[in-house]
Amino acid sequence: MTSPDRSLAADPGLTKKASRSLRETAIQGALFLCALVSVVTTVGVIVVLASESWTFFREIPVHEFLFGTRWTPLLEPRSFGVLPLVAGTLWIVLIAAIVAVPLGLGSAIYMSEYATPQARSILKPLLEILAGIPTVVYGYFALTFVTPLLKSLIPATQIFNAASAGIVVGIMILPMVASLCDDAMRSVPNSLREAAYALGATPMEVSTRIVVPAALSGVLASFILAASRAIGETMAVTLAAGATPKLTGNPLESIQTMTAYIVQLSLGDAPAGTIEYRTLFAVGALLFVITLGMNILGQRILRRFREVYS
Amino acid sequence: MMNLKRHLLAAAAILAIGAGSAAADRALKGKVAIDGSSTVFPISEAVAEEFLSVQPKIRVTIGVSGTGGGFKKFMVGETDINDASRPIKSKEAVKAAAARIEYIELPVAYDGITIVVNPANDWVDHLTVEELHQIWMPGSKVEKWADVRAGWPDRKIKLYGPGTDSGTFDYFTEAINGDSQACRADFTASEDDNVLVQGVVGDKDALGFFGFAYYVENAGTLKAVPIDDEMGQDGPVLPSMASISGGAYTPLSRPIFIYVNARAAERPDVESFVNFYIESAPKLVGEVGYVVLPKEIYELVMTRFERRITGSVYETGAHGSLAELLSIQ
Repeated sequence: MTSPDRSLAADPGLTKKASRSLRETAIQGALFLCALVSVVTTVGVIVVLASESWTFFREIPVHEFLFGTRWTPLLEPRSFGVLPLVAGTLWIVLIAAIVAVPLGLGSAIYMSEYATPQARSILKPLLEILAGIPTVVYGYFALTFVTPLLKSLIPATQIFNAASAGIVVGIMILPMVASLCDDAMRSVPNSLREAAYALGATPMEVSTRIVVPAALSGVLASFILAASRAIGETMAVTLAAGATPKLTGNPLESIQTMTAYIVQLSLGDAPAGTIEYRTLFAVGALLFVITLGMNILGQRILRRFREVYS
Repeated sequence: MMNLKRHLLAAAAILAIGAGSAAADRALKGKVAIDGSSTVFPISEAVAEEFLSVQPKIRVTIGVSGTGGGFKKFMVGETDINDASRPIKSKEAVKAAAARIEYIELPVAYDGITIVVNPANDWVDHLTVEELHQIWMPGSKVEKWADVRAGWPDRKIKLYGPGTDSGTFDYFTEAINGDSQACRADFTASEDDNVLVQGVVGDKDALGFFGFAYYVENAGTLKAVPIDDEMGQDGPVLPSMASISGGAYTPLSRPIFIYVNARAAERPDVESFVNFYIESAPKLVGEVGYVVLPKEIYELVMTRFERRITGSVYETGAHGSLAELLSIQ
């Protein structure tokens, strides 16, 4: 009588196949449920926004909402044209872009083309810290530091203004731009750079004429993603930009963004079920659509860029 | 064994009765949650500070969500007391009834809404109610000082005021524009009166309004504008303790209130606090910068609280002096 082959009998995989497969299925199921939570949440948010907005748009026609120029849902006489809020948001995005795009792209070019590995190892974490500062601190910083500074330079600056809020939002999204542009530029094959250097190009020419154009779709995607972050920014603009919805060409005045309006209404006393309350969902839906659109656009461009070099 | 138990029970009963009757004197523990008007806030805060030395174990927290925002929380029983710089609105009263919350309305002081300008503003000597209406009405075409009165500078007026959640805003728009919440949309709004003060102090062409106490606190850096109501012979009246309590400063004088949740009033900590509030109001209201009510009215208010009379004296749309309205109880 020979003993059974040790190696086979000792293999737990073969003897306990049934329970192992059951455990694996259970784990797979549990992980699937985790993934399902995010899907369900997204669907839930969309459903709530859509149903409440639909009730709103039964009373206020869509074109009046989207193209009206007076936003006074809480004052008499009521008016529901959302353009002042959109204009306020655009002011913030514009000023933030003016701050973040040159500074972010510049930092990225320095980090990927000029910086020594040591300098890079200091700079990159510092940028991460900038990204980690809570947005409410940025808002407070805008109100107590940036606004008085602007006022000393331009006396016509009001106590709430789009410029201060735009500047700090720009500083807030700067790490995002720098980081994404840096990744995009480092993905450009070195062979391109080497060829340019071989032809006698200066580092400046290599960066601006070779690397950035080659990494252009990644750079553009970073701008779009950072802009969509600026659109959704709430705390800094609520604290520093004001609560005056108006169409204006002057960034030194008090304005109101879509996000700040949502905060104002949520903290206020609009009774549930009234038309003022439903503006919350209408503006929220508009914000959602704009941010979603920009994110999709950014992802599309980013994906295009990744394909080229993989 | 039985004897011991009976003795213990008797002792406990005697202690409980003794404790209940000496509620005002013994040290109480508890929490009183207050929220609401930023105008009434300085008074409530002063009272809470004094109260801490009398009853150190009762914790009083005071929020500043605005009269309307505070009522929202009051209606769901989240707060025990709501500071209010205007009487409760009828739609809020309906919500309270639906939520089965009964409230005791207690006026605590007079306030005069003060119109302020920058001290460097040397052209405004007074404003009439009609001029204020022209400036603040919805769809107002007034952009520059020259549009208000001939001869005034041709520069843009910068307007500052509390936001739509503020009782001060509601009262001002009702008094000046005839309908609470009827107002032009392009002024710089903030629930924080300190921000408004800063705004007016920093801008030569600014015009703002807020409660009298915030003016008094910043009297050195602001200029109050006398208001002419064009009724009677007083001419323009500057807000002051005398003109507000005497009734000369119209239409912007108003009583300010605290609304106490009737069920919360049964708790010894809340009851003790409200009693202290009404007793110390004559002293503290003046210190804070508001206008003290006459002694008789404080007595009527105390009676109203002791008798736990619920509801608002303004319910039926009643008008009249506080003394008249409170005496109807």
